Amino acid sequence: MNKFEYAPAPESAALVDIKSQYGLFMNGKFIAAKAGKTFTTINPATEEVLAKIAYAELADVNLAVTSARNAFTKVWSKMPPAERGKYLFRIARILQERSREFAVLETLDNGKPIRETRDTDIPLAAAHFFYHAGWADKLSYAGHGANPKPYGVAAQIIPWNFPMLMLAWKIAPALATGNTVVLKPAETTPLTALLFAEVCQQAGLPAGVVNIITGDGATGSHLVNHPDVDKVAFTGSTGVGKAIAKAIAGTKKSATLELGGKGANIVFEDAAIDEAVEGIVNGIFFNQGHVCCAGSRLLIQENVQDEVLEKLKNRMNLIRIGNPMDKNTDLGAINSAAQLSRIKDLADSGDIEGAMRWSPNCTLPSSGFWYAPTIFTGVSQSHRIAREEIFGPVLSVLTFRTPQEAIDKANNTPYGLSAGVWSDKGSRILWTAKRLRAGVIWANTFNKFDPASPFGGYKESGWGREGGRHGLSGYLKGQY
Amino acid sequence: MRIDVMKTYKLFINGSFPRSESGRVYEVKDAKGKFLANPCLGSRKDLRESVVAARTAHHGWSSATAFNRGQVLYRVAEIMQGRSDQFVAEIIAQEGATPISAKTQVQSAIDTWVWYAGWCDKIDSISGSTNPVSGPYYNFSIPESLGVVAIFADAKPSLLNLVASLAPIIASGNTAILIANEKNPLCAITLAECISTSDVPAGVVNVLTGKFDQFISWAGAHMDIDGIDATGVSKGELTELKELGAENLKRIYSFSELQSTKRMTNFMEVKTVWHPIGI
Repeated sequence: MNKFEYAPAPESAALVDIKSQYGLFMNGKFIAAKAGKTFTTINPATEEVLAKIAYAELADVNLAVTSARNAFTKVWSKMPPAERGKYLFRIARILQERSREFAVLETLDNGKPIRETRDTDIPLAAAHFFYHAGWADKLSYAGHGANPKPYGVAAQIIPWNFPMLMLAWKIAPALATGNTVVLKPAETTPLTALLFAEVCQQAGLPAGVVNIITGDGATGSHLVNHPDVDKVAFTGSTGVGKAIAKAIAGTKKSATLELGGKGANIVFEDAAIDEAVEGIVNGIFFNQGHVCCAGSRLLIQENVQDEVLEKLKNRMNLIRIGNPMDKNTDLGAINSAAQLSRIKDLADSGDIEGAMRWSPNCTLPSSGFWYAPTIFTGVSQSHRIAREEIFGPVLSVLTFRTPQEAIDKANNTPYGLSAGVWSDKGSRILWTAKRLRAGVIWANTFNKFDPASPFGGYKESGWGREGGRHGLSGYLKGQY
Repeated sequence: MRIDVMKTYKLFINGSFPRSESGRVYEVKDAKGKFLANPCLGSRKDLRESVVAARTAHHGWSSATAFNRGQVLYRVAEIMQGRSDQFVAEIIAQEGATPISAKTQVQSAIDTWVWYAGWCDKIDSISGSTNPVSGPYYNFSIPESLGVVAIFADAKPSLLNLVASLAPIIASGNTAILIANEKNPLCAITLAECISTSDVPAGVVNVLTGKFDQFISWAGAHMDIDGIDATGVSKGELTELKELGAENLKRIYSFSELQSTKRMTNFMEVKTVWHPIGI
């Protein structure tokens, strides 16, 4: 078959104005870190330095929490809920207006394809604000009591895989329910959060309601442990999530945690195979597999294994890897050198433990961090690549004979975030969905997100839900 | 003259009444300091066996129809009504309560079973939802039971607190390990006797007696316990439970209201299912 060649179709980096240096955003203004320390953020596709970022230490964290507390007591908690909602509507609209700028900046800082930031991350982030804006004056209808109350100051820590979308998942419900926030974006992807701070200024959001502090794990730890924080919201690894749970054990702090996953994607013999293959590809290669709910364990019914794998490999041969700013790119850069080395380490363990590796023939760019889309067949449940979250474009393929075996294998993990089911039979889909111990089940689809749809995990994938009516409870007192 | 037949208070694990594997007991006295009973000093192994029983029973109990679960809970109320006098006597002895307040407590406990029995086939409608997502998908969220939940109930009022914790946890499809309050354990064992004759499947409810502080460290660290109702523990014990429980991210909650939907929903997980709409 002749391969289609695509002419380059790059988005322009000039759409966004990146400053050489960024301060911390607190009390409505950008200020330098007290000790003056900075770190750099780079474009993972090229390793070029994008900007210098202020590094927040304990003194800065204290200032940010004070700013959030003052805004909570003096302004935000006194504001009529309908007015609070109007600020969120404003933010949603400004995000829509400036969506192209945000998409470009996200792609530059994160390495994910512009097609994804443009079509998924940024529109969904705006939708989250629009959705939650409407809740602000309707909380008494949400099933959380007649007069639900916010906690106060929410400390929010988000990962690098969906920087702007995770920001929206955190800030929108927190503000809608009447909390003020101190948010720390990930060390490798701070830029869209800092641009969001400008949006808050444009929206006229009262000073201190949203504070953005940048730094690393130590900054996050200061924030979580700050005595004047009422609520902690964290998205990231299960290891850090457990450490947070332990750190707040003796306090009155409430927490929601969105942690790791090892999602099973189950393909039954009666599935529409071509559609399932699209779903498998989307399930594991969307966002380079940097997705906590990725379908990273493919469970194929044994009698259709050959057909599914052949079609999957054909489809993988068509994945376009390279410049994330190119509108035709499917698979972008791995977010950091550290993450690339974790992926390599885990994938290498697949070779060592006896699984069979396959990748399409593809050329990876010479600079930046890259990993070819990879599948492992002959994976057994005890292999590390079947148990541990790889958080990269690496798929482990297992097989099953009976539906019960599929369920047993799918549930054989301490995680419980997502799962997929592919079948043409309604009763079988519902039977399977009922037995899967996971918070989000995609049936004949995968990796779909919506502000109205609760998201979150069973077991060690976390505490609580984000999105929908259920997501509000994490920010209202007395719900947990 | 007739000598009364004294009762041996045993554990309740997987539908039977064994003595503790430890072979040990401890003495419980009544409010006036008189000997009451020698309940079992439950061991770590007793707890582990209870968890296995509860885990094994979970699939069947959580997939029983909600209507069926409701009838089983109501049956517990029926059986307890018939044994009211025994509960009243135990409460008077243990808590030093007046006959009137003991009787009121037993009646409230029975009514609490009835209240939660009626919730079994309604809680999903109240706490689930269909979600209007932006796209051609049918999307709904339903609550499901968390799994195995351990209960540390308050000392007083002993029976009412046990029921207020246990009834919602099994109403929502969980299976339970009830750690009887160390000081006032007798009602818990008598409650187990009611449960064993109420069509509650074996393993759905397990009752242990023994030292609270030991059970706190064992249950907190047990990796196959999903949730803990910590209503009866002290602040320091709660911190210990939460620190240990962080290892498998146990859902640990305390409650103030006796009758509350949160007592069910906090031990449930919300599952959201997407499916495309098309022809």
